[in-house]
Amino acid sequence: MSQKEFCTRETAWCPGCGNFSILACLKKALEGLGLESRQVLMVAGIGQAAKTPQYICANAFCGLHGRALPAAVAAKIANEKLTVIVDTGDGDSYGEGGNHFIHTIRRNIDINHFVHDNQIYGLTKGQASPTTEIGHVTGAQADGNINMPFNPMLMALAAGAGFVARGLAGDPIQLTELMQKAIRYKGYALIDILQPCVSFNKVNTFAWYKQRVKPISKEHDPADFNAAIALARQFDDTIPTGILYEVEKPVYHERHPVLKDHEPLISKKSDPKKLEQLIRSFI
Amino acid sequence: MHYNVMIGGAAGQGIDTTAAIFEKLLKKEGYAVLTTRDFMSRIRGGHNFILIRFGDSPAYSHSRVLDGLIALDHDTVKLHVNELKPEGFILCDERINTDDERAIKIPLEEMAKALGNPRVSGSIATGVLLKLFGLSLDGVKGILKQELKEQYIDINLKAYDEGYALVENRYEKLDADFSDHMIINGNKAVALGALAAGLKFYSAYPMSPSTGIMEYLASKARDLNLVVEQAEDEIAAINMALGASFTGAKAMTGTSGGGFSLMVEALGLSGIAEIPVVIVNAQRPGPATGLPTRTEQGDLRFAIHASQGEFPRKVIALRNQEDAYRQTIRAFMTAEKYHIPVIILSDQYLADGSATIKTVSLPEEMADARTEIQPGGYKRYLLTENGISPRLNPGQTDGLVMVDSDEHDEQGLITESASVRNQMVEKRMRKIQGISDELEEPDFFGSKNADILLLGWGSTWGPIKEAVEQLNRDKPDTFAALVFGDVFPLPEKLLKEKAQQARLIINIEQNATGQLAGLIREKTGIVCTHSVLKYDGRQITGEEIVSRVREVTA
Repeated sequence: MSQKEFCTRETAWCPGCGNFSILACLKKALEGLGLESRQVLMVAGIGQAAKTPQYICANAFCGLHGRALPAAVAAKIANEKLTVIVDTGDGDSYGEGGNHFIHTIRRNIDINHFVHDNQIYGLTKGQASPTTEIGHVTGAQADGNINMPFNPMLMALAAGAGFVARGLAGDPIQLTELMQKAIRYKGYALIDILQPCVSFNKVNTFAWYKQRVKPISKEHDPADFNAAIALARQFDDTIPTGILYEVEKPVYHERHPVLKDHEPLISKKSDPKKLEQLIRSFI
Repeated sequence: MHYNVMIGGAAGQGIDTTAAIFEKLLKKEGYAVLTTRDFMSRIRGGHNFILIRFGDSPAYSHSRVLDGLIALDHDTVKLHVNELKPEGFILCDERINTDDERAIKIPLEEMAKALGNPRVSGSIATGVLLKLFGLSLDGVKGILKQELKEQYIDINLKAYDEGYALVENRYEKLDADFSDHMIINGNKAVALGALAAGLKFYSAYPMSPSTGIMEYLASKARDLNLVVEQAEDEIAAINMALGASFTGAKAMTGTSGGGFSLMVEALGLSGIAEIPVVIVNAQRPGPATGLPTRTEQGDLRFAIHASQGEFPRKVIALRNQEDAYRQTIRAFMTAEKYHIPVIILSDQYLADGSATIKTVSLPEEMADARTEIQPGGYKRYLLTENGISPRLNPGQTDGLVMVDSDEHDEQGLITESASVRNQMVEKRMRKIQGISDELEEPDFFGSKNADILLLGWGSTWGPIKEAVEQLNRDKPDTFAALVFGDVFPLPEKLLKEKAQQARLIINIEQNATGQLAGLIREKTGIVCTHSVLKYDGRQITGEEIVSRVREVTA
């Protein structure tokens, strides 16, 4: 039943998993915005993080590994009244779905992309993800990962995203606020959420993140692209969290000749007279 | 009676525009027209040709016996002169090196230059053609206005006049009245069918020979309130179509075999998540890149078996342009009623080929399959007798809609329960009964008492129809054919009935392995005694079927 309270369900995550905190923040963020569960569509691919839509009462499209974004894009095209949130992991978003990540940014459609980034593959029990650090030994990278980690913040900025943020599962106050800002933002909004994986990532632990993360200074101007790039490049002894970049950009619907009147596509009718004309154009 | 001409030249010489205008003029004069396009995969150079067959009755098949050869380059003469009838003509520029007595040599290039634009040589040639076939110049202006930019109309009109004045009429103008018919190619007929069915969202990645569907829909999108999105790849294209369909917009995607290969996993998502989608595969020869601009029927088995696991689906093969319109509407009706993927198999021959067909009409308004929310809470996958569960659009009622690529319970929540798994598999499979009950039997041609039965599917419909007529003229009451449109699930009733009385059964397919014959044998035990197979990327003609059937039955 639709309600202003977003009930949650029993999960299948490991005790101590960062996902619990992210789920709690999401519930709080949605309730804080006064949304109803019927207005929200959660979209995910496959992975531990991608189970999030199963655990919160909203509409849900749990699709294929890596393919959450195209489904979410089209759902928003079909009905812009829905608040569409892609809640899924680093493997799903940056690995299997890497191509969609780039092209969804180009569309700048008004959806939210919350990436639970634990720098490891959890569902398949501990192989390297695109964000795993060099040298990290896993079952599949038995001699240590030799590939450079992917920098989602830098990539999003370079591709032209208008809302780029980083949060930490262990900082629920900041994360809830980031989620609310992302949902309010008109356009594609990315939050890369650092999250310890208690079972399969013994390197990037909760303590490891706590030592490094540092909220972005209040002096930072989120409209300053070069400053955002500098923040995005930091992922070492200091990892900045908060909004790296936020600017207004023309949104897909506003640029689209059919959608710019903001009437949902599913409510639009096509005129049978025009169809008749079309048939006659072949005579 | 039919006339048959070929317009040939290099890519970039404008044969496509010339043919498009000529076929419209023919139709305006009342002729039934069938146009076949044979292209190389290049933008400039090479050898391309278009066959235009027209007459006082519909020509079902293209033919390689030519009345006229319009040669815009020397290759066209060299490669096709042996297809020309003894009394035929070659229309070419005076500089083309041929001493064939049938050649009508005209200074096309020089005249075009004198008119001020070398590209109008095709219009001069078409002017000549109009005169040869006894057609009037009356309709030219109106059609040029549709086909060309304003600034090119006057010069082309002059070119037509000059060409027309050069020759005398040679062929009798036949009495035909197809002017109230449509002329349309397979791609546009699919697009028009989709629009008539209420298409709201089309996503695709460009791929020959399917791109014409996307481009036609895009040109009408603003006027008809639909969204056409060019996806980053075919995986995105089908996942977008599923996202839109889930949300409540009727959705379709189109591609060829290579793109369909990328869509395979999402085909299964449509199956288990029960999201309706229509997928057009305009086939071309594979595997991999194959022959990108040519034709084949190589994907029947692939369409039937694509994706892991088991789920209901329907596969429809398009037989001609009229069928393309009608079956696309049916594809939507089936997809929306049963919440399944419906795969439409077209091919390059049909996609790019145009024909005059009876003017189509719009379907009666399709009932909206969306249900009201039931008391006690909405369940997307409610177990029902016919396997069809109530469908709601997310956000439009208080019912929360959950769909899932994992096995799920009635509500849409992941489950690993053995009993729920059984219930859900059985629920999905129950839909097959309904789908099967609504199948259309194949088209039947020929003699009721035939003892030789030809079997085909899809776009060989025309060539087979023409071949059966010819074969029965030679040996009356001997031949019949069944050509399948609905091909999976396989409609078996008429097949079993006709196969029983046949002494010989010959499958005619545009592939190397006889995929339809294999399917028929698997489902019915009926064995084809002979095969006529063709896999060179060129569509079989009626006359080729006649000669190959004679060979195998000799």
